[in-house]
Amino acid sequence: MNLETNLCGIKLKNPTILASGILGVSKSLLKNVIENGAGAVTIKSISYEPRDGHKNPTILEFDSGMINAVGYSNPGLHGALDEFTDLKDLNAPVFASVIGKEPEDFTKVIEGLGNLDFSAIEIPLSCPHTPGFGTLAGQDSPEKTLEITKAVVKAAKVPVFVKLSPNTKNIGEVAMAAEKGGASGITAVNTLGPGMIINIEAAKPVMGFKIGGLSGPAIKPIAVRCVYDVYGSVKIPIIGVGGITTGKDAIEMVMAGATAIGIGSGVNYRGNDVFTKICNEMKDWIEKNNYNSLEEIRGIVHE
Amino acid sequence: MSKLPEMVKITKITQENPYVKTFFLDTEIEAKPGQFVMLWLPEIDEKPFSISYIGKETGITVEEKGKFTKAMFGLKEGQKIGIRGPYGNGFTPKENSCIVAGGCGIAPLSTLAEKMNNSVLIMGTRTKDRLIFENRFPNANIVTDDGTVGKKGFTTDVLEEFLKKGNIKNVYTCGPEIMMKKVFEICEKHNIECQASLERFMKCGFGVCGQCEVGGVCVCKEGPVILSDKLRKMKDFGSHARLKSGKRVPISEYAKWRCV
Repeated sequence: MNLETNLCGIKLKNPTILASGILGVSKSLLKNVIENGAGAVTIKSISYEPRDGHKNPTILEFDSGMINAVGYSNPGLHGALDEFTDLKDLNAPVFASVIGKEPEDFTKVIEGLGNLDFSAIEIPLSCPHTPGFGTLAGQDSPEKTLEITKAVVKAAKVPVFVKLSPNTKNIGEVAMAAEKGGASGITAVNTLGPGMIINIEAAKPVMGFKIGGLSGPAIKPIAVRCVYDVYGSVKIPIIGVGGITTGKDAIEMVMAGATAIGIGSGVNYRGNDVFTKICNEMKDWIEKNNYNSLEEIRGIVHE
Repeated sequence: MSKLPEMVKITKITQENPYVKTFFLDTEIEAKPGQFVMLWLPEIDEKPFSISYIGKETGITVEEKGKFTKAMFGLKEGQKIGIRGPYGNGFTPKENSCIVAGGCGIAPLSTLAEKMNNSVLIMGTRTKDRLIFENRFPNANIVTDDGTVGKKGFTTDVLEEFLKKGNIKNVYTCGPEIMMKKVFEICEKHNIECQASLERFMKCGFGVCGQCEVGGVCVCKEGPVILSDKLRKMKDFGSHARLKSGKRVPISEYAKWRCV
């Protein structure tokens, strides 16, 4: 039984992908994640200028998930050019995550990264906790999604994935806008919220930015429903992300319609080898349940 | 202990020298020597600190350096501070050991030194008024750059002398990274295992954000104590570290930025 996956022409040895924002700050950490079984990896989002992000606490764990407001800290285009050289040395495709406020901010970064060996570009139009970006800037509307996707697709030499917010009233409509703009795939979903955690002894919000996006097991049913909705709305493949920590979770995402599976918070719950564990568990489940491949179950709940 | 910060009372503050205070907190944390906690000052920031006293009360020894530690130095006994942890791997105690501490690097090593009766302890600082814990460790081999107390010279010179005498099989170190790199190189020369406690700018503290990465390892989770087999492969050990943006810079530039 093999889990080889074709994601818009990109060959993956399995469908698990490191989600952006977790561990992806350096080439050596990407290597670590690939050695732990990831089929592909996504770097932490890059903007044109370096950004310090929000003050700590920026990432915390709570009972049923995680909350983060990192605020897109990143070393900027020039830092990325120094860091992510010779990506072909790595044993799996690497995806670049690129952010900007206006379409031209995205295209400047994408053109700058053009000579590096990224296999795809992901644009998160859905961060819930950074002013000027994502949902706080309205990038998650169908109109803005179409406008930014069009510009990015024109500038990119590789497939473009658009990462959507679970907070949108009609995620299918936003996915259609991305597809119309020329996106090769949809990543669903970004963190949920923003949410807030208050320390009642201090009588203050805990997060440095007061609010943050939620991830982990708490949001899985919402992520699965979003993938279900997107699958019903577009033809392009979906990377399902949100609270996936086990092989059975991943199967659930595939049944909703996902071609590949993004894993972020799962690293916290099960270690860096969460990728190998999930793949083994998926194989076991498929064999025990008399299926032969992931294709057989993809989108099965829609039938 | 909670994964979210809990507010705990500061029961006692000890002035260790003009630049260093120990804050005793009303919380018992089951920690190994070398592990650390994240301290939170609401609306100010959150930073990692190693534990210098493990017991009914938890002690954190802090040098006044940047904005966060300046704010901490303004706290009074009876006030509260947020804490979560412990995090990291900690030291693995072994027999026939030598402990090499540079400056405040004695903080995470102190609980280890107390556990190991027969170990050799070398404590080095720039000058006399930078020294801490000299009463806690009356048998320590003290060395200062300027000779104002103890021997004049560097911790690494004293380490070499002890290694030449033989029977030391393990070395533990914490302090300025340049010193630790030198300690590691000496250990390599003598074929002795080294455990070094590294410091990098941290965010999550539990191995998911990648901010504190060195050579494919998250210092907060697989460290802060790194053993020789990994130190050997870490090109950035003693040479580079990341700023808050994730930008990789020479370790001297990082050290300056950490004091702002």
